[in-house]
Amino acid sequence: MTNSRSKFSIYGEKLIELLIRLSGMSAIIFVFAIFYFVFREALPIFGSDKFSLWKFLTSTEWYPTSMSNIRYGTFALIAGTLSVTGVAMLIAVPFGLGAAIFVSEFSTGKTREGLKIVIELLAAIPSIVWGFIGLTVMNPLIQKFFGVQVGLCVLNAAILLALMSIPVMVSIGEDALKAVPDSYREAAVALGATRWQMIWRVLLPAAKNGLLAAILLGVGRAVGETMAVLMATGHAVNVPHSVFDSVRTLTATIAAELGEAPEHSPHYSVLFLIGILLFTITFIVNLVADLVVKGIKNK
Amino acid sequence: MKRILTLSIATFAATSLMLTGCGKKSADGGGKKDGGVSIQNIGSDTMVNVAQAWAEAYHAVVPAVSVEVSGGGSGIGVAALINGTCDIANSSRHLEEEEEAKATAKYGGKHPAQHVVGYDALAIYVHPSNPITEISVDQLSEIYKEGGKISKWSDIGVTMPAGQDEIARVSRQNNSGTYHYFREAVVGKKNDFKAGSRDMNGSKEVVDLVSTTASSIGYSGIGYRTDKVKVIKVSKKTGEPSVEPTIKTTLDKTYPIARPMFMYVPPGAKPEVDAYIKWIVSAPGQKLVIDNGYVPLPEFAPKDK
Repeated sequence: MTNSRSKFSIYGEKLIELLIRLSGMSAIIFVFAIFYFVFREALPIFGSDKFSLWKFLTSTEWYPTSMSNIRYGTFALIAGTLSVTGVAMLIAVPFGLGAAIFVSEFSTGKTREGLKIVIELLAAIPSIVWGFIGLTVMNPLIQKFFGVQVGLCVLNAAILLALMSIPVMVSIGEDALKAVPDSYREAAVALGATRWQMIWRVLLPAAKNGLLAAILLGVGRAVGETMAVLMATGHAVNVPHSVFDSVRTLTATIAAELGEAPEHSPHYSVLFLIGILLFTITFIVNLVADLVVKGIKNK
Repeated sequence: MKRILTLSIATFAATSLMLTGCGKKSADGGGKKDGGVSIQNIGSDTMVNVAQAWAEAYHAVVPAVSVEVSGGGSGIGVAALINGTCDIANSSRHLEEEEEAKATAKYGGKHPAQHVVGYDALAIYVHPSNPITEISVDQLSEIYKEGGKISKWSDIGVTMPAGQDEIARVSRQNNSGTYHYFREAVVGKKNDFKAGSRDMNGSKEVVDLVSTTASSIGYSGIGYRTDKVKVIKVSKKTGEPSVEPTIKTTLDKTYPIARPMFMYVPPGAKPEVDAYIKWIVSAPGQKLVIDNGYVPLPEFAPKDK
């Protein structure tokens, strides 16, 4: 069989290898291209004497189009993004992981297949439709059940974001649980563990990394979401004191204001700087996750 | 870890796509279609319904011309005018000096033409359950401006049921011409809005939110009036007689917060654009202004009202 490989198959293989290598590299190229582009657009703002990075991060005063006193403070917007994401995760993590455990460990046959399809369907709903639900369904419900004046608030957006990130969490979480070898389960059951003990003491610790990845994917989904939160938060520049306060997020601000900001004006640059801020937030989240996962591995 | 990396790339790529996608509309506004001419008409959310009505009616009159209307806000229209991506920019506010200068520079020293195509009485909307019947511009200013003193309905002598005393301010986002006009006419040009107002995307959203929130107050074009909200009378100063927004009070300027609706046309526009504007300021175009709840040019106002 030594001579049976034709030239074609040798070059063909090389070509395929090259293509795969290129597609692998393309991710890196894209990331750097995006980096370059966003930084280039944001950079001019640092040359402006009116701008201070400290104020950008700590001031709650966001008045980009003021006639008398332009102020670019994003603290309220950061607080908006973090509060909505935080509350969303409080709702989504127990439900998402619970659903993952149920799908992976408890349900069988048709129930499991049905559940998986329905959960994936949840992921297919466009975010503008979620926003619409927030505006027309959740708003009156929150007004009615909690007796508050305006139902467009942190809680409203958080519930929507939770529902949006749950499908991601469930499918990744389920994969992680499925990846735990059956021998672990068998060993635990053989030792006389109940199902609950098996899941809590054996499966969850074994699938820790994958479950963490699932949660972080959910966080990423929540931080980056734009249209739904634009519609459901009430879009008010405000540091929230309760889950019933209206807020405005970083992403919604970019979406709402970029169309109108003249190209290369300070306002335009600041909006790109907000983009960098968003990127930094996701980067920190990923970095922390990376370190946590490494820490778990080294134990 | 790969998944997380993919995630961060995807999230970021999506954000960046959005960043680049929003700002730029196709620069080629006047592409020929089916042998006809298409006119790109972009801007004011206040005017979008009436602009749509004009476009449809005009297409029936002159089938060779089709007008493509999109809203988004006066700021979007003005930006399109400056960037040269539209044939007509709708705006519910006049061009700022700086914008005028930019547009003029863009068109080689020629000024964009300004056409007044009707008027809008800026209505103050409250929930129907609210007992208030009139408000003054001063009071509105104190409610909306940064550092303004009024934050409760009881501050202006309105008794609301328990839990509804805090005024829920509904406003517009800052690309809105209505927002700019309201700042100029009510809040004060040198002042800013109080932070924490709910800044809605469009006029309709303002009216919708007011209609579902008992303690709210909002402002929008009179054309967005519905049965589910109450339009209150406005006076210039507290104590002066308050005026209802009607065609008559808008045209004789007794209603204090009325404004013209503008169409801006870049220099060197197609002849079809001028013909379209001429039609808009003639009887059939102005009738549509009235039909959409706005105020026509004085010569077309109904005599009896």
